[in-house]
Amino acid sequence: MHANFIDPFHARDSLLHHVDPRVKLVLAVAFILTTALLPPAAWPGYILVFALILAVAIASALGPFFAIKRAFLVLPFVLAALPVLFTTPGEPWLHVPLGRWALTATAAGLARFASIALKSWLSMQAGILLAASTPFPQLLMAMRALRVPRLLVGVFGLMWRYLFVLADEALRLMRAREARSAALAGAGGSSVLWRAKVTGYMAGSLFLRGYERSERIYDAMLARGYDGEVRTLPLPPMARSDKAALLVGLAIVGSILALEIWVG
Amino acid sequence: MHIAPSTFGGAIEPAMHIPDGFMSPAVSIILWIAAIAGVGYALWRVNRELDERKMPLMGVLAAAIFAGQMLNFAVTGGTSGHLMGAALATILLGPWASIVVMTAVVSIQALLFQDGGLLALGANLVNMALVGSFVSYAVYRIMQRLVGTRRWGALVSGFVAAWLSIVAAALFVGLQLALSGTSPASLALPAMGGIHLLIGLGEGLITVGALALIAATRPDLLGATGGARGGSNRGVVLAGLAIALLLAVISPIASGNPDGLEWVAEQLNFLDAAQDPAYNLVPDYVFPGVANEKAATIAAGVLGVLIVFGVALFSGRLGRRKDAVG
Repeated sequence: MHANFIDPFHARDSLLHHVDPRVKLVLAVAFILTTALLPPAAWPGYILVFALILAVAIASALGPFFAIKRAFLVLPFVLAALPVLFTTPGEPWLHVPLGRWALTATAAGLARFASIALKSWLSMQAGILLAASTPFPQLLMAMRALRVPRLLVGVFGLMWRYLFVLADEALRLMRAREARSAALAGAGGSSVLWRAKVTGYMAGSLFLRGYERSERIYDAMLARGYDGEVRTLPLPPMARSDKAALLVGLAIVGSILALEIWVG
Repeated sequence: MHIAPSTFGGAIEPAMHIPDGFMSPAVSIILWIAAIAGVGYALWRVNRELDERKMPLMGVLAAAIFAGQMLNFAVTGGTSGHLMGAALATILLGPWASIVVMTAVVSIQALLFQDGGLLALGANLVNMALVGSFVSYAVYRIMQRLVGTRRWGALVSGFVAAWLSIVAAALFVGLQLALSGTSPASLALPAMGGIHLLIGLGEGLITVGALALIAATRPDLLGATGGARGGSNRGVVLAGLAIALLLAVISPIASGNPDGLEWVAEQLNFLDAAQDPAYNLVPDYVFPGVANEKAATIAAGVLGVLIVFGVALFSGRLGRRKDAVG
């Protein structure tokens, strides 16, 4: 089994896939920032933002439910926002008796909680569509255009190249552990400490294999003329249509924000 | 496919990666500035101190930590322990290279796997890359003073460093959620701290196992934090100690007496705060406000449908034209 299922990129010949990665990265961040700036319970704003991301999803040819479904992964974290149901002052909406105490959820608390969950779900869709429509090397290019330090972009790039190799390595280690430790179904083998030790050894050998591989990689880089400087091709110029897409995108999120904050 | 560590364990994992939507924009931006300053300084130090060999090393070890986060072990009843890796990276590479490695891990998780948000990335970098590495380093060095630098000393120090790095990062998450007004401090801090006092034990145990294996096979690698390659980093020890002390002082105060933190939260959430009085202070305004709101919601719905429909039509036509050309 190979870990190439890790790659979130889905090749399609779509409108979104052809947009310049710099434009996509900036617009994704602008979208998430806009969503974050919308006040709580700004339902019309959320609808517009949702329509926008749905439109982008359609333009990606990945199917309208691609991002919607994956964005539900945010649900477990929503637990962290549950207390606002009960701590926001307002009209009582639900009374939960808990033995001697009782929790009272308010309507305002419910609105606040729903806003947090919705915003998170909407923001995640932007990230999903960005990653699914942009090959990682193009994202690196976009980061360089946004002045992320060269050394950091170099480390990102190397990490991406060897991610699959080391993830394969991790899967092999886990398979080997399964094969060695005979256990009844459900029972996890010996004591917790023993299991932790085995996992620790696995992490250690993964680290060592990575370390030794990096030495070989360094030698290979030296052989190809690496002198400590990370060199990259110059950034290609942006097409006029991409510049237009950037302006239109920023104008749309800007006007949603303006509508919601000053009019709504 | 989503590849958070939980994909493999299907179990409770450290709730460390904050998604977008949970933090107020003001808190997110302040933490972004802190992250840029911290990571920028770490990059500068790495550039200055370490030879060019370190670039491939940091890239591959970032990949190894990412892959190492897949490893887990069953604890009991569906819960499992697994690795964040900041302490292991700090002990093996020193604090600055560890910050760069953890920055790569956390950023790739956010960009590609939506494990943590993009606007929240600044906060996640502060918690996992900066706080994780600083606290690990400070605790490791101080513990080594106490228990010695021999094999057992290194293992015990590694365990405590890994454990506390998780607790410190979790308390930071709790503080940030409280400052954003998402979770009250009296709940977020004890909950995050308490759960991660337990989860951190898993991190500690895995880190010890990894260190024991490395000490047995490549003892030369354990010298990195011993001052040989990392240089003297008294400043990092002090910074890590300061973070730990800050948490030790703030957490009980904030959770026992949340008014102070909530006041700061209100000041920071000026946008929300500016919204609420508009509804509350002018009671006459409420009714037309509600009516307007309904009309606005309907209008937004209609506009939204039009946008989506328009884009669908446009993409469809574009696709057909492409087919005709091809």
